[in-house]
Amino acid sequence: MVTTAAALTDGSLASIKGFLKTLSPVDQVGADARAAMLATRSIKTASKKWAIDMAISMIDLTTLEGADTDGKVKAICNKAIRPDPTDPTVPHVGAICVYNDMVATARKHLDESGGGDIPVAAVSTAFPSGRASLEVKERDTKDAIADGATEIDMVIDRGAFLSGDLEKVYSEIVYIKSLCGDKAHLKVILETGELVTYDNVRKASFLAMAAGADFIKTSTGKVAPAATAPVVLVMLEAVRDFYEMTGVRIGVKPAGGIRTTKDAIKQLVLVKETAGEEWLNPGLFRIGASALLNDLLMQRQKLTSGHYGGANYVTLD
Amino acid sequence: MSDSRIDVKKTYKLFIGGAFPRSESGRTYEVKDSKGNFIANPSLASRKDLRDAVVAARGAHGGWSGATAFNRGQILYRIAEMMEGRTAQFVDEIVALEGVTPSVAKKQVEEAIDLWVWYSGWCDKIGSIYGSTNAVSGSFYNFTIPEALGVVTVFAPAKPSLLGLVQSLAPVLAGGNTAIVIASEKYPLGAITLSEALGTSDLPGGVVNILTGSPAELAPWASSHMDIDGIDASGLSTAQEKDLRIAGADNLKRIFRFKEAKSPQRVLSFMENKTVWHPIGV
Amino acid sequence: MTFEYSGAPESKAIVTIDPLYKLFIGGKFVAPKSGKTFTTINPATEEVLAKIAYAEKSDIDKAVKAAQDGLKVWSKMAPAERGKYLYRIARIMQERAREFAVLETMDNGKPIRETRDIDIPLSAAHFFYHAGWADKLEHAGVGENPKPYGVVGQIIPWNFPLLMLAWKVAPALATGNTVVLKPAETTPLTALLFAQVCQQAELPAGVVNIVTGDGATGAALVNHPGINKIAFTGSTDVGKLIARSVAGTGKGLTLELGGKGANIVFEDAPIDETVEGIINGIFFNQGHVCCAGSRLLVQENIQEELLEKLKRRMSQIRLGDPLDKNTDIGAINSREQLEKITELAISGDTEGAERFSAACTIPAKGFWYPPTFFTGVTQAHRIAREEIFGPVLSVISFRTPQEAIEKANNTPYGLSAGVWTDKGSRILWTAKHLKAGVIWANTFNKFDPASPFGGYKESGWGREGGRHGLAAYLKGAK
Repeated sequence: MVTTAAALTDGSLASIKGFLKTLSPVDQVGADARAAMLATRSIKTASKKWAIDMAISMIDLTTLEGADTDGKVKAICNKAIRPDPTDPTVPHVGAICVYNDMVATARKHLDESGGGDIPVAAVSTAFPSGRASLEVKERDTKDAIADGATEIDMVIDRGAFLSGDLEKVYSEIVYIKSLCGDKAHLKVILETGELVTYDNVRKASFLAMAAGADFIKTSTGKVAPAATAPVVLVMLEAVRDFYEMTGVRIGVKPAGGIRTTKDAIKQLVLVKETAGEEWLNPGLFRIGASALLNDLLMQRQKLTSGHYGGANYVTLD
Repeated sequence: MSDSRIDVKKTYKLFIGGAFPRSESGRTYEVKDSKGNFIANPSLASRKDLRDAVVAARGAHGGWSGATAFNRGQILYRIAEMMEGRTAQFVDEIVALEGVTPSVAKKQVEEAIDLWVWYSGWCDKIGSIYGSTNAVSGSFYNFTIPEALGVVTVFAPAKPSLLGLVQSLAPVLAGGNTAIVIASEKYPLGAITLSEALGTSDLPGGVVNILTGSPAELAPWASSHMDIDGIDASGLSTAQEKDLRIAGADNLKRIFRFKEAKSPQRVLSFMENKTVWHPIGV
Repeated sequence: MTFEYSGAPESKAIVTIDPLYKLFIGGKFVAPKSGKTFTTINPATEEVLAKIAYAEKSDIDKAVKAAQDGLKVWSKMAPAERGKYLYRIARIMQERAREFAVLETMDNGKPIRETRDIDIPLSAAHFFYHAGWADKLEHAGVGENPKPYGVVGQIIPWNFPLLMLAWKVAPALATGNTVVLKPAETTPLTALLFAQVCQQAELPAGVVNIVTGDGATGAALVNHPGINKIAFTGSTDVGKLIARSVAGTGKGLTLELGGKGANIVFEDAPIDETVEGIINGIFFNQGHVCCAGSRLLVQENIQEELLEKLKRRMSQIRLGDPLDKNTDIGAINSREQLEKITELAISGDTEGAERFSAACTIPAKGFWYPPTFFTGVTQAHRIAREEIFGPVLSVISFRTPQEAIEKANNTPYGLSAGVWTDKGSRILWTAKHLKAGVIWANTFNKFDPASPFGGYKESGWGREGGRHGLAAYLKGAK
C-alpha cells in the first residue's frame, strides 16, 4: 500500500509513536550475521574496477577539523576534481563536505577550478552534538545555504530521541527541511553510535524519512562506532521498506571508519544485496570519507598497472 | 458370631483412565496362590483394552507432563502414603502368590514404598542434574533440558511382583510420562491393589493404566502400536524383547531393559533431550 | 552497467586427487579383496574425480578385526594421552582446512563458502571439543565408571561428509572406542583425506578404519558380529531397517534420521532476520539438511508481506559454480537426489500448491535445482509431510499459537523447529510445546560441538554433540 511520507504521521508524539510501533524489530545477532556474510563476497577484476570507480564517485570528500583552513579546503577541492592527476579517466568525487564557515571557500574554489558540478555539503545544526537552540540551528543552516551549500548534513537531537521526545526530533527535521526547500538536499545524521541499538537505528531512520530527509546518514565521524556494516544494513533495509510504503527512494550515507577499498566495496555489496541496484549511484548512496579516496586510487592503479603501488604514487591531498 | 461371617471378596479389575472397568472382552483368567489354590479371576485384558489404555494415557499426557515438577513429586509421594496404609493387604497378596514369609513380603512392600519416595524427589531435580547450558561459539544462549518422552508401556519383572513393578513404573512417571502397565500374569494382585492406591492418590486419571492378563499376548500389539513411544521390557524374555524391538522399529520406539533397581538413568531413558538456541543481543 | 560479481573461483591447486583410493584398514591403505571399484564424480560438472575401492564382507571382516586389535591399544591407553591424539587430529585438520574445503566442495557440490566457513572449521572444532572429554568421562553423567562399547560401526551420509565423520569419530575415540566408518557412496573423498590425517597424527593402527562402498557394504558392517555398537546418520527408512537388524543382538544403536522441521513465524518477528533465517533454514547446503526448516508456518496476517520479502531475497541468491566464493547454492549431490526432489516438487504442482522459483540460470552440466517455495500447502500435501531433502519449502499458514504448535507437531518426525517472535515468553512457550530435539529461536541451522543434536519420534535415537552426545558412546549403569 503506497502512501505519502507526510501521511505516515501528523507529527504529534502519539502519532509518531504509533507509526514507529508498526515497524518490525531488528534482531542484533541476525543482522550482524547477515552483514558478516555479505562481507565475504569476493569482488575481483572487472567488478572490482567498476566498484572502485563507483565508490570514488560516491565519496563525500570530507574535512571536519578545528584546524581546517582555506588552504586545506582548497587542497581537498582540487583532489575532488582530479583525484588522480596522472589519470583523467578517474571520476570526480560525489561532493565536498565541510564545516559551515568553509562553504564559501569551497564553492568558490570548486567553481574556479573546473569543479562546478561538484556540490558542497555543509554539516549543520550545531554539528556534531546538536546541543544548541533551534534558533542557532536555523542560522547555521541558513548561512550554509546562503554561502552555496546545496547539501545540508544536519544532526538529530539524540538526547531528545533517547529520552522519548520524538516530537522534538521530528519537528526539527521538518523545520530544517523547510529551510532547505528546493535549494538544498537534506541529509539527516542519526549518530548511530549514540543510538546504540539497531531497533533505535531503524526507528530513527523512519522518523527522519517521515520528516522529510532526502538522505539518512550514519554518523558525524566524531563518535565510534560509526558506519559499521550492520548499521548500514539496517538503514538500507529501512530505505528499501520506506520505498515500498511511499514509492520514494531515500539515500543512505555511511560516514566514519570507511578507510579502505575493501571497506568501500563491502558497502557497495550491502547496497546491491539489500536495497538493490537502484541505490547504486551517487544520487542515492554516498560515503563520507577522507583517507578512503587514496586507498581506492592505489587499488585502481594496481588494477591498471598489474603491480602493487605505494603511498607516494598518489597525492597526499 | 464372627465364625459365620462370609468374607467380602474383591473383584480384581483393570485400571484405565482412572476407572476400574472389566475387560471389554469379558475374559478373565484364574490366579492361584503358591500352593495351587484359587485366589481370583482377574481380567484377561485384550488388545482393545490396550488400545483404550493408550488413548487414556495419551489424553492424560499433556496435563501430567505439563504439571510442575514439584506437583508431580508431591503426587508420587502421595502414592507412597496411600501404599503405606495398605501395607497389610500388599503383604497378604505377596505371601499368598509368591509364597514368601510375611517378613520378606513386608520388606518388599516397604522397599517399594520407599522407592516411590526416592523417585518423588527426582521429579524436580532431574532437569538440573542432567540438563545443561552449553558453551557454544557465537552470541547464543543454548540449553538442553530433558523432557517427557510420551506414552510408555511397562512390562515389569514378575518377581518381586510389587517391587519390580514400582522399579519400572516410578521412573516412568517421575520423567513426566504416562504409562500402561502390563501386570505380571502369574502375580498380578499387587498391581491391581496398587491401582486402587493410585486411584486415591491425586494422580490424574489416565496417567497410569494397569492391565492384567497375558504379556505374551499383549506385547506384539504394544510393540506395533504407533502411539506408544517407549517400552520398559524388563519383564519380557529376551526372545520376546527381540520381537518387540523388530516391531517397535516401525515408529522407532525407545525400548529398554534395566538391571539397576534405582537409578536416575531409568528416568532419563524415557526422556528426550531438547536443545534450545537463542541469540544474545540488544 | 550494473554491479555484477566477476567469477571468484577458489583454486583447485591445493588439492591432489589420486586416481584410485583404497580402503583404510589397520593404519594402511589396502586394496579390497575383490579388486572392485566404483567412481565418485563432481556433481557440479559430472566429471569423474577418482576410482574408489568397493568393500565387501571379507573386507569388513578385516576392518573389524583391525578395529578389535586397535581396541586393545586404544582402550588401555591413559585417557589424557588418547585426548592428545584427538587434539593432534584437530590441529592437522585446521592446517589442511583449505584443502579439505576445496575437496569437499568438489566431491559434494556444496559451495566453498559453506565448506570453508562451516563444514571444515566445525569438523576440527568437534575433535577439539571431544579431545578435552577423553580424561573426564566420569563426569559425563552416565555413572562413575563408564565403559566404551568397543568397536563401533559408523555409517554417514553425503550431505556433510566430513562434518558427519567428525560427529561420529570424535566422540567414539574420546570415549575409548575404535571405529569402522563407512562414508557415503557419492562423497568418500574427504573421509579418505581424513585417513591421511590419522596417519600424520600417528594414530595407533586400527583405531580408525574407513571402508568405502554402497548400501550392501553398510549392511555388512551393521550385521557383523564383531561390532558392538552402530551409529547411523541417514534416512528414517534405513534407520528402521538397521533397528530391526540389530534387534536381539545386544548391539548399541544411535540414529540420526530425517526431519520435516517447522519454522514458525509470528506476526511480531524481526522480519528481515526472519527472512534470512528462512533462507538459511531451507536453502543452506541446497536443502540437503535433515534438520532443514522445510515447512514455513507463518501467521496468516503477515503471510503476504513475508512472502514478498522472501521472493525479493530469493532473487539475490547466487546459484552456480560451487568453487566460486560468491556462490550461495551449489549443485545437488547426485542425479538420483535431483530426481527425488523433482518428483516431490511435481507432486506439489499436481496436488494444487502454487510454485515460486527464484530465477536462476541453471548451468548446462551437473545437477541443479532452483530455490523454490510452494504456497497453498496444507498438512495433507505430500510436500508438507515427506522429507524432500532439497531446496524446496512448503508454506503453511496458521492463526493462533496453538494452531501453529498442532501443525508443527503433526508429523512422525521431530528433529528441529524454528520460532520467530520478539516476545520472550512466547518463545519459551512455543519451545516447550514443540516436539523436536533442536529448537532454534530467532535463528536457524546453527551447530556447535557443545550443543546436543538429535531428534524426537522417528527422527532418531540419542544425541550427538555435547555431554549428551558423548553419553551415547559410553555404557553406564542402567
